[in-house]
Amino acid sequence: MGFEKFGRKGFTSQTRVSAFVDYLEKGELCATRCPACGRVYFPPRADCAGCLGSGLEWAKIEGNGSLVSYTRVNYGPAGFESDAPYTLALVDFNGVKVFGQLNADVPETAVRVGMLLQPAVVTLPGGQVTYEFLPA
Amino acid sequence: MSKDVAIIGAGQSAFVRGYAGSIRELVFEAFREAVRDAGLTPGDIAASVVCSAPEYDKQRSPAGLLAEYLGLNPQPCFTVESLCSSGTTGLRVAYGLIKSGLHDIVVVIGFQKMSEITSAEAQERMGRGADIMWESPFGSTMPAYYAMHARAHFARYGTTEEDLALIRVKAGKYGKLNEKAVYRKEVSLEQVLNADTVAGPLKRFDCCANADGAGCLILAGADRAREMSPHPVWILGLGSASDSMTLSGRRSLDGLNCARVAAEQAYAMAGVGPQDIDVAEVHDCFTIAELMAYENLGFAAPGEGAGLIREGQTYLGGKIPVNVDGGLLSKGHPIGATGCSQVRTIVMQLRGQGGPVQVPGAAIGLVHNIGGVGIYGNVIILGR
Repeated sequence: MGFEKFGRKGFTSQTRVSAFVDYLEKGELCATRCPACGRVYFPPRADCAGCLGSGLEWAKIEGNGSLVSYTRVNYGPAGFESDAPYTLALVDFNGVKVFGQLNADVPETAVRVGMLLQPAVVTLPGGQVTYEFLPA
Repeated sequence: MSKDVAIIGAGQSAFVRGYAGSIRELVFEAFREAVRDAGLTPGDIAASVVCSAPEYDKQRSPAGLLAEYLGLNPQPCFTVESLCSSGTTGLRVAYGLIKSGLHDIVVVIGFQKMSEITSAEAQERMGRGADIMWESPFGSTMPAYYAMHARAHFARYGTTEEDLALIRVKAGKYGKLNEKAVYRKEVSLEQVLNADTVAGPLKRFDCCANADGAGCLILAGADRAREMSPHPVWILGLGSASDSMTLSGRRSLDGLNCARVAAEQAYAMAGVGPQDIDVAEVHDCFTIAELMAYENLGFAAPGEGAGLIREGQTYLGGKIPVNVDGGLLSKGHPIGATGCSQVRTIVMQLRGQGGPVQVPGAAIGLVHNIGGVGIYGNVIILGR
């Protein structure tokens, strides 16, 4: 339990990486790292596909990332209709790529592939918690 | 190049907006056409592989229902699923069943009645074809994912919205001639460029339409194919690959790696290269998907796909005619039926039955069928 708090609309409540939400509530966006082989994972995972180990550790994503690509969505799916338009983005933090939304106040004309962004934690009405990207 | 398994029959229902019948009746239309095309009776069929994305169906486990309705009991039947590439995944499974010697004649049935549920429900289900833990909670949609690929391609290679629009104009020209297409109208470059934005830079005409439809293919081993068919179309090469469901796991967004890998496998198995392909069907669920296919299949070098459409090289008479049946953009995209419809088009071309869109003398054809946003990729090379 706990993971249903993640995102504008959650689809899953049970996962062994639900502590992701606890870190978000502390203001930290985290990946997981395998202590045995050093692989870093985003999205976070509980198990390592490389060495088949478990017990992965949380690793905060820090610094600025570079915008890999984006799109401004004018028609949202069920549950997101009233949020549109919003901008989806993939951001590369030194090899760790994170999917999310761009802050809604960033004008579309200011968005460029390659621009530098940083993550920020957002608490939504109703207590849902998520993250977004802001210009660095 | 080995000729072990052939397609001896192909059929397709009309692709329509809202089919006024049940899934069993929809499938029957494609099945009857394929069985008659092959000159068989249902009793000749040793096994059936049903291809559909079951989240669209109200009927649970449709394979059982269809086997009964099509007169295929007591032969084995089951469903395979790989989202929008389910049809060609079914073909791959059928190939294996025949090549292994388990069965001699296998039918592949692809269908989807997307109007079984509302459009909003369909969008929501499509969105759940992405990682529901890490991406769906941000409001991701299929147009949005392909739009992100388009932006990445634009940024890296200078491709433009007009390049994508040219692909839609081509689809309209050929869709008008396809009596089984849901959208049988030409569209002008201006119409495509001035349409509503769905997910920038993709606009309304850059996106294919949902549709109801069914497709059916009948496969046979070499001995049966030669004995039963005046014009067997041989499966010369099969490639199949996967990539991460999350965009985070992708190497880049300016192409689909699953398509590149599947194409390499299919070319190697068939012993041919991109320059040998006379006609191709590619998975143009969005205009950018066709452009990436040009590059991922080796019809153009990476970054040079736009040049092919600017020069008209993917039209009839060009270097490599692509989607001369109008593609998904004109035909519509009934998920499970799509791959079977693509294969049927190439089968007709290789038999010289392409009608007004026949590529003269076509001897080798290719099908590229993608599931999700590049999660599953199938490439098939067919020859006379």
